[in-house]
Amino acid sequence: MEANHKIRVENLSLRVNGHEILKDINVSIPENKITVILGPSGCGKTTLMKSMNRLTDIYPEMHVRGRILIDEEDILNTHKDVTAIRKKMGLLSQRPYPLPMSIYNNIAFGLRISGRKKRDLLDKRVEHYLKQASLWEEVKGRLREPASSLSIGQQQRLCLARGLAVDPEIILADEPTSALDPISSQEIEKKFLDLKQDYTIVLVTHILRQAARLADHVIFMYLGEVIEQAPAEEFFHHPRTEITRAYLKGSIN
Amino acid sequence: MRRYLSKEYTFRRKIQVYEELFFRLIMLLASLLIALVLLQIVWSIFREGVGSVSWEMLTNTPKGGFYFGKEGGILNAIIGSLYLGLGATLLAFVTGLPVALFMNTWLAPRKRLVNLVRFTLDLLWGIPSIVYGAFGFALMIALGIKASLLAGIIVLALLILPIMIRAIDEGLKASPPGLTEATYALGATTSELSFSVLTRQCLPHILTAILLSFGRAIGDAASVLFTTGFTDNIPTSLGQPTASLPLAIFFQLSSPIPEVKERAYAAAVILTVIILIISILSRIFTNKYSRNTIKF
Repeated sequence: MEANHKIRVENLSLRVNGHEILKDINVSIPENKITVILGPSGCGKTTLMKSMNRLTDIYPEMHVRGRILIDEEDILNTHKDVTAIRKKMGLLSQRPYPLPMSIYNNIAFGLRISGRKKRDLLDKRVEHYLKQASLWEEVKGRLREPASSLSIGQQQRLCLARGLAVDPEIILADEPTSALDPISSQEIEKKFLDLKQDYTIVLVTHILRQAARLADHVIFMYLGEVIEQAPAEEFFHHPRTEITRAYLKGSIN
Repeated sequence: MRRYLSKEYTFRRKIQVYEELFFRLIMLLASLLIALVLLQIVWSIFREGVGSVSWEMLTNTPKGGFYFGKEGGILNAIIGSLYLGLGATLLAFVTGLPVALFMNTWLAPRKRLVNLVRFTLDLLWGIPSIVYGAFGFALMIALGIKASLLAGIIVLALLILPIMIRAIDEGLKASPPGLTEATYALGATTSELSFSVLTRQCLPHILTAILLSFGRAIGDAASVLFTTGFTDNIPTSLGQPTASLPLAIFFQLSSPIPEVKERAYAAAVILTVIILIISILSRIFTNKYSRNTIKF
């Protein structure tokens, strides 16, 4: 593989109450590309993604072993401030979780906790990120209204803008379109293709067509193991393993 | 399709239908019973008391011979009760909110310990207030504090603290894990999560907790019986003794003089109206401030 590797996962295993959810994962995620983690439900793809920004810390029953290197720096075995690690990554979850505050403050929250508190600067940044998430035109007249008044598709774009506002290098997206209607899904997908110029995107999905539309690089997981990882072209046209072929044909789900 | 169903099946189905009907009936009866009891209490207080509520009673402190049916009012008890209720609620809120947040953030991974804390608080919730009163009294003797507004506020705060914590805790428990993840993913610290996000998300629950606690604090007689004393004056500092509505009701109700007894009911009417006003106000505020809450 030619590109730089933004994230490298080495010998990662994760156990919950003695049950192994992730088994000896070794993957590399190239910079400024969309990497799709593909696999049937319950194969551990979301868990793998969450361990990348240490959200696994919140769940004490999860025992993580191994190394995750971001820019060649191990983020698991470190005393570095976990909030600094997380600011490198924006998260988009399966369904949008806007913060319980106004549209404006949803974006400004991330800026404020990063120490940017000047009013005029905040105004500018909020506008910038809402534009980047293609939401500005729809909400510019009602920034003070609660985020809960937005439609679910708008909420997801708000969450994207909010994630971008903390100035991350990586976007982690966990089936970000699964709760959305087809048109909102399309908008999000389009956004991802734009954003990969500047960000490394990791997208978890179980929708094959979505993977085919977006992926530059594919990681295929099954029952907690990485079965195959390859550039998208190679993965879809010349799958190397029997399981991958079966999955691509639709016989595993 | 019908004819394929066995006789035994249709019989069981019939029983299930009657079962359903039976339980619906019982639930309806239980609800009616509760509503009736409540109405009966309110009705009897108002029937006995509303006639004796007067402007004079609301705006005057007791004059000489008030407790024998002569002139004066219970302003001292109204103000005293408001001081006690508001003071205790404030004290319980500033100590209880951090505890509830702590239980649901830092302490949350230690599920057993959190459950033990919850169990303990539920036990404390169930302890009769006279026990709190006696405890407070013993503490006052040990520390050499006189019966005063401050002592009453502290004992009442102890009494309502479990209510405050558990009611807020229930709201925090219901907050979705996805919101916590999303907030952490932005690089927020646990304090930022607690005070900027969780408190906003749970605001309706917090307001309910405050209301429940205030209602309990202002209406409780037993815990202020030994700790606040009783006086005809309105207290001007925390160190002075104070009157309260529940005790005013208690003392006047035990009088053999009919006018005084009527005044006890009038005081009960005032107490009930105060709680009613607070309930309605808090409902209005809850609706106003829960607009930001994300519904899931």
